[in-house]
Amino acid sequence: MVESRVDRQQALDLFENCDLLELGEMAQAFRWRQHPQKKVTFAIDRNINYTNICECQCRFCAFYRRPEDVDAFVIDEAVLHQKIAETVELGGTQILLQGGLHPDLKIDYYIGLLETIKKDFPVIHIHGFSPPEIFHIATLSKLSLGETLQQLKKAGLGSIPGGGAEILDDRVRTLISPNKIGWRRWLEVMETAHGLGLRSTATMMFGSLETPKELVEHLFRVRDVQDRTGGFTAFIPWSFQPTNTALGYEVTQTATGIDYLRVLALSRLVLDNIDNLQASWVTQGTKMAQVALYFGANDFGSTMIEENVVAAAGVHFSSSLEELVDTIKEAGFAASQRDTLYNMIKDY
Amino acid sequence: MKKFNEIAKKQRAGERLSSAEALYLYEEGDFFTLGKLAAEINQKINGETVYYNINCHINPTNICVNQCRFCAYSKQKGEDGAYEQCVGDILGEVKDAEVLGIREFHIVGGLHPDWPFEYYLELLQSLKNEHPAIVLKAFTAVEIDYFAKISGLDILTVFKRLQAVGLQAMPGGGAEIFAPAIREQICPEKISGARWLEIMEMAHQLAIPTNATMLYGHVESFTDRLDHMEKLRSLQDKTGGFQVFIPLAFHATNTAIRKKGETSAIDDLKTLAIARLYLDNFQHIKAYWVMLGEKIAQLALLFGVNDLDGTVVRERITHAAGAKSAAGLSEAYIRNAIINAGRKPVERDTFYNPVSGGQHG
Repeated sequence: MVESRVDRQQALDLFENCDLLELGEMAQAFRWRQHPQKKVTFAIDRNINYTNICECQCRFCAFYRRPEDVDAFVIDEAVLHQKIAETVELGGTQILLQGGLHPDLKIDYYIGLLETIKKDFPVIHIHGFSPPEIFHIATLSKLSLGETLQQLKKAGLGSIPGGGAEILDDRVRTLISPNKIGWRRWLEVMETAHGLGLRSTATMMFGSLETPKELVEHLFRVRDVQDRTGGFTAFIPWSFQPTNTALGYEVTQTATGIDYLRVLALSRLVLDNIDNLQASWVTQGTKMAQVALYFGANDFGSTMIEENVVAAAGVHFSSSLEELVDTIKEAGFAASQRDTLYNMIKDY
Repeated sequence: MKKFNEIAKKQRAGERLSSAEALYLYEEGDFFTLGKLAAEINQKINGETVYYNINCHINPTNICVNQCRFCAYSKQKGEDGAYEQCVGDILGEVKDAEVLGIREFHIVGGLHPDWPFEYYLELLQSLKNEHPAIVLKAFTAVEIDYFAKISGLDILTVFKRLQAVGLQAMPGGGAEIFAPAIREQICPEKISGARWLEIMEMAHQLAIPTNATMLYGHVESFTDRLDHMEKLRSLQDKTGGFQVFIPLAFHATNTAIRKKGETSAIDDLKTLAIARLYLDNFQHIKAYWVMLGEKIAQLALLFGVNDLDGTVVRERITHAAGAKSAAGLSEAYIRNAIINAGRKPVERDTFYNPVSGGQHG
């Protein structure tokens, strides 16, 4: 059992050499320390993508379109409001609002988007705009990161999703997402947001072209920022899903279930300063998500009434609220709905 | 934990697990501790080797006179989606079997109301003629019993006729859960558990090795599962004819049993681990990835499992019940999954002999 804080070398050693079940037991012990209750939380929400037009065109992505593509879209306001109304109807408390890096939409568009949502749905929490989007909006609008974040916050932005982190290493980023902001910039956006009182999650997409050392470094870069800001609410690792992506042709062996559990357990051990670790049922399936609860995860993410990005990569695990609750309970845990900031709402 | 340590000590000394101890493991056994013990015991029996095979499922018809409540596959004659294949259709479907590296035909189907026993004899005979090197693993005990009925022959004669045209081994289906009260609820028309065991015993006596299964996760209790495993263990003591035990996770979608969702992965993995410990006279425990999903099946290798089934070509029955697993896995995928779990992949034939020949793509 690790007594003091795990360092980089120990983490790499655990990742590469530790027996998986031993690693899982250690992660579980850490989980009980941070969350003594045998309870798993989740949010009720909907992913809403305001556009799929994206300048970034990452090689692992099956969702983006060019402006001239027949199925390119920018969301219609009536459709957006309809989707949110349905979410509220189903007991939803948050929307995850994300989209591509649209070449023409400046900050006024985003402020308008947030304000009209808040006008009609004042209590809905908007978890929106990952760091690449924030940076893109700032650049296009000729504003600083701080000004951009402040204006978005004022217009109703509640917190920031941790997407676009991929692997926080520029060698890997050059290979898989050459047009996306570098790792320093990604963390700068998060640190700036945390400084303004906007909390966020952090993610990691592993299983593409990274080395174990780069994967471990990702965890420590996130941990270092968290030591300064305390602004990350949760960490969410998932594995690259190759179908329909350019990168899928290059990555011949995608992450297995064992790889996923290894990364998850290591995340719990390294990220001792981030409270929540999410199981990704959307990418791993509900059975693996159940196992994940024994390997350090304490949260099931959200119901995701609508999910388009992973689905575009050929992965179709769907889950209703009832199924999600059953899945948690059958794995031996109590299930509780939470809000975006991990305040408890309802026990099931 | 003290009780667990006693159980572990007994296991390490090669002593048999009682049903009460196995029940304790189900109810109180810690997930990790149980997994590690099962892996340790498997390591003693099978070392690092994990087997897979390359087989092709042949399901001649889904028309079935039984209406098992857990089955999403069976149809009645004339019902939408009902199908039947003549011997010629099947031969056409499998004509490239050798090119694909297939070493076994796994043949199971519905109990067709009109087909004569001769159809099945002709099927085996034709497959054997065209594919002499491919092993015929065919017909569950339930089908064997049905053949006796429709032909008016006794079981022994049915077996001998089938053996004469190429039957070499039998799958383990139709076992479900032996307990009569459970069978009454889930498959009232099907032969009893006692009859299933009797037919398997006869097969073993005729040197036809068989598999054994257990369908779990519907309405049965842990005690019912252990009663099931106890009966298998007793028969195995007598005959030694079972090659492998395969717990089958129930899939609820499209079936008449109303139960939420699927079995939990925790239950799946504990069941495999307990089977490894309890069935001390079974050499092999198989994780059937078609039902468990590829990821849980891989993880099962750390919970005492040493067989991953195979690259199943054309699986229909579980997919009719909403299985989300792939319709077939490539050999490269399976080998990688095994290596990734820290084990050694070995292709086997139906009888668990390692076969060389490398990868078939």
